[in-house]
Amino acid sequence: MAFVNWLKRHLVVIAGLLTLGYLLLPNIVVTVFSFNKPKGRFNYQWQEFSTDAWKDPCGVADMCGSLSLSLQIALWATLGATALGTMISFALVRYRFRARGTINSLIFLPMAMPEVVMAASLLTLFLNMGAQLGFWTILIAHIMFCLSFVVVAVKARVMSMDPRLEQAAQDLYAGPFQTFFRVTLPIAAPGIAAGALLAFALSFDDFIITNFNAGSTVTFPMFVWGAAQRGTPVQINVIGTAMFIIAVLFVVAGMVISNRRTRQKA
Amino acid sequence: MKTTNDNGGDVRLTQIGKTYGSFTAVHPLDLTVPQGSFFALLGASGCGKTTTLRMIAGLEEPTQGTVHLGDQDVTHLPPYKRPVNTVFQSYALFPHLDIFENVAFGLRRRGIKSVKKQVEEMLDLVQLGEQARKKPHQLSGGQQQRVAVARALINHPKVLLLDEPLGALDLKLRRQMQLELKRIQTEVGITFIHVTHDQEEAMTMADTVAVMNAGRVEQLGSPTDLYENPKTTFVANFLGTSNLIEAEVDTRSGDEIVLKAGGCKLSLPQARCSAPATNGGKVLVGVRPEKISLTHADDAGEIPEGRNRVTGRIADSSFIGVSTQYVIDSPACPELEVYAQNIDRDARLVPGAEVVLHWNPAHTFGLDAAQDIDAGVETVEPDEGVAA
Repeated sequence: MAFVNWLKRHLVVIAGLLTLGYLLLPNIVVTVFSFNKPKGRFNYQWQEFSTDAWKDPCGVADMCGSLSLSLQIALWATLGATALGTMISFALVRYRFRARGTINSLIFLPMAMPEVVMAASLLTLFLNMGAQLGFWTILIAHIMFCLSFVVVAVKARVMSMDPRLEQAAQDLYAGPFQTFFRVTLPIAAPGIAAGALLAFALSFDDFIITNFNAGSTVTFPMFVWGAAQRGTPVQINVIGTAMFIIAVLFVVAGMVISNRRTRQKA
Repeated sequence: MKTTNDNGGDVRLTQIGKTYGSFTAVHPLDLTVPQGSFFALLGASGCGKTTTLRMIAGLEEPTQGTVHLGDQDVTHLPPYKRPVNTVFQSYALFPHLDIFENVAFGLRRRGIKSVKKQVEEMLDLVQLGEQARKKPHQLSGGQQQRVAVARALINHPKVLLLDEPLGALDLKLRRQMQLELKRIQTEVGITFIHVTHDQEEAMTMADTVAVMNAGRVEQLGSPTDLYENPKTTFVANFLGTSNLIEAEVDTRSGDEIVLKAGGCKLSLPQARCSAPATNGGKVLVGVRPEKISLTHADDAGEIPEGRNRVTGRIADSSFIGVSTQYVIDSPACPELEVYAQNIDRDARLVPGAEVVLHWNPAHTFGLDAAQDIDAGVETVEPDEGVAA
């Protein structure tokens, strides 16, 4: 009976921990196996502890090149999608124009459509235009599908913004540019940042659309996919673990900063 | 901080109007607000008062007419080029800036570098010196309201526009802020134009009140003038309560009009009748409930000569401390309201009692009977969120 009571009281915590475990287990496996020294080409069975891969993360031919390409594409795609998406969000929320309703629904199409369909139709488009497949076609494709996610994030923020804040700025001698940079942009910033992070993550790990439109260019997810068919170098686990740790550090740093800020102000 | 007392700071609206498609928010109106006055635009929501204010601020482009500040035509100037500042409804404080930076915003935008001293002085004026480094959401409603006033006043505008500035505050705080705003206005001597739907607020604070209804100014004057001499049924009902009795013009002698209503004869000074009174024509006779005295029918003989009298029966009475409010059923008018001070209470004045209502004819006013007799009744929303 005491146990049942204890269970009742802690059910939420237990469920939370179990969910967390479910989410984190694959990451733990990746991390553990980054310290493995496999026999043969596949890194699926634990052999012995080794830091060889961590000491030489770029030891596999072409891997770091594809990693750097993926980072570059992700960066540019984030910039492009965030800039365009922010402008689209403001246009959709603040202005009434003829095609507004249509654009409002069309902008979400890339989120709803199966990636394979989008990938194939983009490839058809590029081929018909005679475009050279590679860096630029990947970038264009990434900006296209990241756009809708940025719009979702930024639009929610802009909709909750009081237009009177901008009127107040104008009333206090701020011209259109000052109003935008001093009031509109800082207030919309959290939404824009969320959109940008989402865009970066989506672009960095996209495989299907990239694979269709890359030509002979190889991004990091494509490299991993290709490598997995012939053998999985431990370095893939090293990069995966590093990405995971960096992401966690970013989140923790963000939380610490915002906590400190609220505590200081209170 | 005092502005000089030349007449160059009047706000002049000339034939200013605003239409949205087929809807007319503000009918062309002329309005002059003298420099240094506390002016109130009073009306129910959607009457065009906020639109008028926003046209002065430059946040709304007038469809026609001009706005002058002193000798300067500002009709086509954008808001950031007008020497006018606004205290917005719900304040519109910048959430990402602290109180100091909110107040300094206007100064910085005009390229003033050393703002510290001015901002601190202004925060002291509104008693918020301690809160300078807090964010707006950490302050109470009343404090935010004062920040909004400080943020506008620090720029020494020619005119301060207040858009329902007290609407979001509770009743007690509102009373306090009314006095506070009045104090600040007297201290800085800047013209205040105040938009409100609260007639009590307008009468307490303003020197001059313009009552607006359906995009038109119904009447303009001092609070006493508006209350004692309403010119339309809307003003009579919107500002306080009025008893309006439909009457027929009987005879006219000199300065006096004699009217008949339900068998009673009522006298009305010619000067207080805003309607054309022709013999046999209809006029609405108005009198405020607190001007009426109530006498039991048995004592009717003691009523002095020369007073207007109406007979009736008490239909309802409610005791509210300082006064008792009676509703009288009379052949002249089905529901007459009477507010009697609780000085010497007559125990016979209970529902069902036959009474005589009487008042000084000088307190009677006459209105055009062609109007809606109920215009402006019960249109005061105590706490509306957003006004048009």
